[in-house]
Amino acid sequence: MTRLKSGGALIDRDTSVTFTFDGKPFRGMKGDTLASALLANGVRLVNRSYKYHRPRGVVTSGPEEPNALVNLGSGDRHEPNIRMTQIELFDGLEATSQNRYPSLKSDVGVLNAAASRLYPAGFYYKTFIHPRVAWKHLFEPVIRRIAGLGRAPTEADPDTYEHQYAFCDTLIAGGGPAGLLAARRAGEAGERVMLVEQTERWGGRLLTDDDAEIDGKPARDWIAGQVAALEAMENVTLRLRTCCSAAFDHGYALLYERRADHMTPTGPRHRLWRVRAGQIVGATGMIERPIPFYGNDFPGVMLASAVRDYVRLWGVAPGQRTVLYTTNDDGYRTALALHEAGCHVAAILDARADPVGILVEQAREAGLTVMSATGIGKVSGNRDGVREIQTVPLDRGDDVELGKRIECDCVAMAGGWSPVVHLYSHSGGKVVWDADRAMYRPDPENPPRDRHGEPYVRLVGGAGGALTTGDVLASVGGATPSVVAAAEQPARPVWFTPSQGKAALGGKHFLDYQNDVTVADIRLAAREGFESVEHAKRYTTLGMATDQGKLSNINGHAILAETLGKAMADVGTTTFRPPYTPISMGVIAGQEKGLLFKPVRQTALHDWHAEQGAEFEPVGDWRRPYRYQRDSEGREASITREIKRVREKVGLLDASTLGKIIVRGPDAGKFLDLMYTNMMSTLKPGKCRYGLMCNDNGFLMDDGVVARLDEQTFLCHTTSGGSDRVHAWMEEWLQTEWFDMRVLTANVTEQWSQFAVAGPNARALLERLEGDVDFAALPFMGFAEGTVAGMPVRVFRISFSGELSYELAVPTSYALSLWEALLDVGGDLGVGPYGTEALHVLRAEKGFIVIGDETDGTVTPHDVGMSWAVSKKKDDFIGKRAMERSDLTRQGRKQLVGLLTEDPGYVLPDGAHALSKDGERAIGHVTSTYHSPTIGRSIAMALIEGGMDRMGETVQIGIDRKTSVKAVIASPVFYDKDGARQNV
Amino acid sequence: MLLIQCPVCGVEAEETEFAPGGEAHILRPEPGCSDAEWSAYLFERKNPRAVHYERWRHAFGCGKWFHMARHTHTLEIFGVYAADAPEPPQEIRDRIAERTAP
Repeated sequence: MTRLKSGGALIDRDTSVTFTFDGKPFRGMKGDTLASALLANGVRLVNRSYKYHRPRGVVTSGPEEPNALVNLGSGDRHEPNIRMTQIELFDGLEATSQNRYPSLKSDVGVLNAAASRLYPAGFYYKTFIHPRVAWKHLFEPVIRRIAGLGRAPTEADPDTYEHQYAFCDTLIAGGGPAGLLAARRAGEAGERVMLVEQTERWGGRLLTDDDAEIDGKPARDWIAGQVAALEAMENVTLRLRTCCSAAFDHGYALLYERRADHMTPTGPRHRLWRVRAGQIVGATGMIERPIPFYGNDFPGVMLASAVRDYVRLWGVAPGQRTVLYTTNDDGYRTALALHEAGCHVAAILDARADPVGILVEQAREAGLTVMSATGIGKVSGNRDGVREIQTVPLDRGDDVELGKRIECDCVAMAGGWSPVVHLYSHSGGKVVWDADRAMYRPDPENPPRDRHGEPYVRLVGGAGGALTTGDVLASVGGATPSVVAAAEQPARPVWFTPSQGKAALGGKHFLDYQNDVTVADIRLAAREGFESVEHAKRYTTLGMATDQGKLSNINGHAILAETLGKAMADVGTTTFRPPYTPISMGVIAGQEKGLLFKPVRQTALHDWHAEQGAEFEPVGDWRRPYRYQRDSEGREASITREIKRVREKVGLLDASTLGKIIVRGPDAGKFLDLMYTNMMSTLKPGKCRYGLMCNDNGFLMDDGVVARLDEQTFLCHTTSGGSDRVHAWMEEWLQTEWFDMRVLTANVTEQWSQFAVAGPNARALLERLEGDVDFAALPFMGFAEGTVAGMPVRVFRISFSGELSYELAVPTSYALSLWEALLDVGGDLGVGPYGTEALHVLRAEKGFIVIGDETDGTVTPHDVGMSWAVSKKKDDFIGKRAMERSDLTRQGRKQLVGLLTEDPGYVLPDGAHALSKDGERAIGHVTSTYHSPTIGRSIAMALIEGGMDRMGETVQIGIDRKTSVKAVIASPVFYDKDGARQNV
Repeated sequence: MLLIQCPVCGVEAEETEFAPGGEAHILRPEPGCSDAEWSAYLFERKNPRAVHYERWRHAFGCGKWFHMARHTHTLEIFGVYAADAPEPPQEIRDRIAERTAP
């Protein structure tokens, strides 16, 4: 056990918590993280690395953790890749280690490390090329098993997640000293303030590094005072366990709240806050850098700041004998904390030639050994962790001999501090390299700007580059509290510590723990020409893991700069992209799952259809009955039954989904002449005309019947999926191009329900209903208004089946009454419903096109044989000029034809390609294909190059790689070519 | 996500409430135009890394089209104006000149 006898600001020693790791039970204390509890239990090996399966331990104490990822929970609550350093311990927590087989201690994947010469940077680009077939069957499956992170969950997540919206004047990310002070200032100024902190505690690093005195009080008392003052302000909202994941344009920010991860969930587990803020203040602090030296990845090698966090916050000694390797004064705080807690500090290695600061002197006075201009040359150890280090003198080039051996079980690395500039970078701000402080800090000349062009993201405290408590508080602005703290001497950055003579790299100096990227990998990338920082990143995968290079990027860029002989500022940095830390898939979905994933549109008869055994199909956002199941008949049988009903008796179709747009005004006719390819202004009131609509590229986009209700009013029918689009299209032209026209439009699709009554008995059926509409007198393509069965109806004599057919529209509240009335009076006439599949076969038998089947956005009216619907008289309409362009007038365009297979029983696959004579080239494709019960054979429509001149020609239709079938090109009108059946 | 004010109904709302309509002030040529003119109208767009005059529709609000002057890099919005304006109003051009002066 390595729990210290005393200390630990966050733990409650009286409350014990039980949990399991890899099935083994452990005890921790309330306030522990999973990482601190495992360290307290002496568990140091927690993971195997991604590529080499090297044993790895906890490196950090926060969200930047690259190694200590676990699977959390089990069954339907299993979640992979969670950082132990952020998991607050609770009773019953279950965690398992990742990327090992069969167990952490004996992992067969470790063989990878022995063969690591075979896996240099970019190895997968080089090694797995040949033979091609091996990738799919050999390389990929093997790599998937041995590389990678946790296992994806397989069961549906039972927890709930939600999105919330919030607005504020100032959003402050980070609850350390700078964030607290910034919130206090903004709150006192009367602003609406949100202050969020990703951990469960306020105070940031001051909780650990409490050697400063602020406004005459110990640091911790000052924090408590700030929090109490903020809690008393009504205009300030404080939220813990909430990370500002992203800052976007114009003050839009996403906050990720882990609301219930530390307990058994009640209510939503995570929340995604979508915040619009006037100003965003990033008080996101800094992250300490590791130092690349040989063997810097053994369990027990940790960031110096994390070592003292474990001592001070959780009362855990990460080691009994620690060696500190530091580049700055701040690192000495770790040695002092360990010493104070009674843990042995074996040596302090300082990269600087002459360390003299106050903290350095305190260490010397405490009797600790300080070795200057010295680094760690090599770490030795095993899977349980560090055993000893060997020193190396610095400043003698790479050609050096290793020095003294020092026995130890923990190595603390203080490689300097990097500001967390992510929020600045997310929203378009630039960062600059500050050579004096060896850090990227926000460039005040290039801040993110809001819609008024004013800066709206400001980084304060450590995030802005402040290194001491005094500077941190001063950076907030306003009256600065007085701070008494030890002055610190300049740091000396160390990007690489050699381990052997003559520049040999010898062993692995890790930069990116999570992706196993070493100094040698970056040097290799530079030698191979990947000189841009973006290229080197992608070639080596530096910074591409779930930690997004929080520890590794700066060191990696420095190594690249050094290898290329360039200045750090000239190499540049990669772009920080949101989210700051991974967020759960559940919170991205929020409430929008299941029925709420995408709302569905239903007609007024939906429940009736369902009761009658309808099988629904999606059409746009609608659900339409595809067919109605009767008794135990098969799919084909029900479709055939419905087709025969329409051809022989009378069928009812719920056509309510068709778009209905009212176009009204003195210029309505003139406007529709521009919208449709054919003439609409000449249509007489009481008449209908089928119209085609193109875009200005000359391609078909919609079709439908237009009825002229009166002199100034037209009703335009659109396709089921097209009503919103066509209405918006009309409005676009009216508002932006022909705004002088006196025309109004209204989309009344859902106000009216509409039914097709189709078949030889249609008229007889309708005449049985009482009313004032003279169905016999209504001519084909005629329109009438009147009363039928006591309901106000619009009647259109139009046909999409080729049969005698009327479409009746009623205000939607009458829909079910009219539908049932039609069924009630027509039992002996054979009336019954038919679905969309019967509809499609009926129209295909007649050669009628469907937008989206016969058209695909590259098809003109001429291509589908509808030149008759393209007016030659009009000066202009949308699509007219485009149809004169050379490609649209050339010979050999694909044209709509019918196909009759040689074997009448064979139904072609939809989309099958027609082949050229030599079989080398596709000359067209099948657009609609069915078995036609009416003519007793298969029928298909297809778009074939120069098809209209190929009537009677036999073409090969490719079915798969080996098979093709023969079909004869024919007219697409397969049934009742003269239209005799609808003109009765 | 941009924050946009609709000049027609006055509502200030999230970008997701609006639909973009591409570059503004593109004249639709007369039917007798050359192929090159028609092609330019259909396909040629400026796509600048600078001030962009563009069309937007308040799709999930009042439904009206309008024009907006926006910097495609800084995302600064210099103003919104009527859909039937043949060119940006002087007031917006002045603001752009003032805001983009070197």
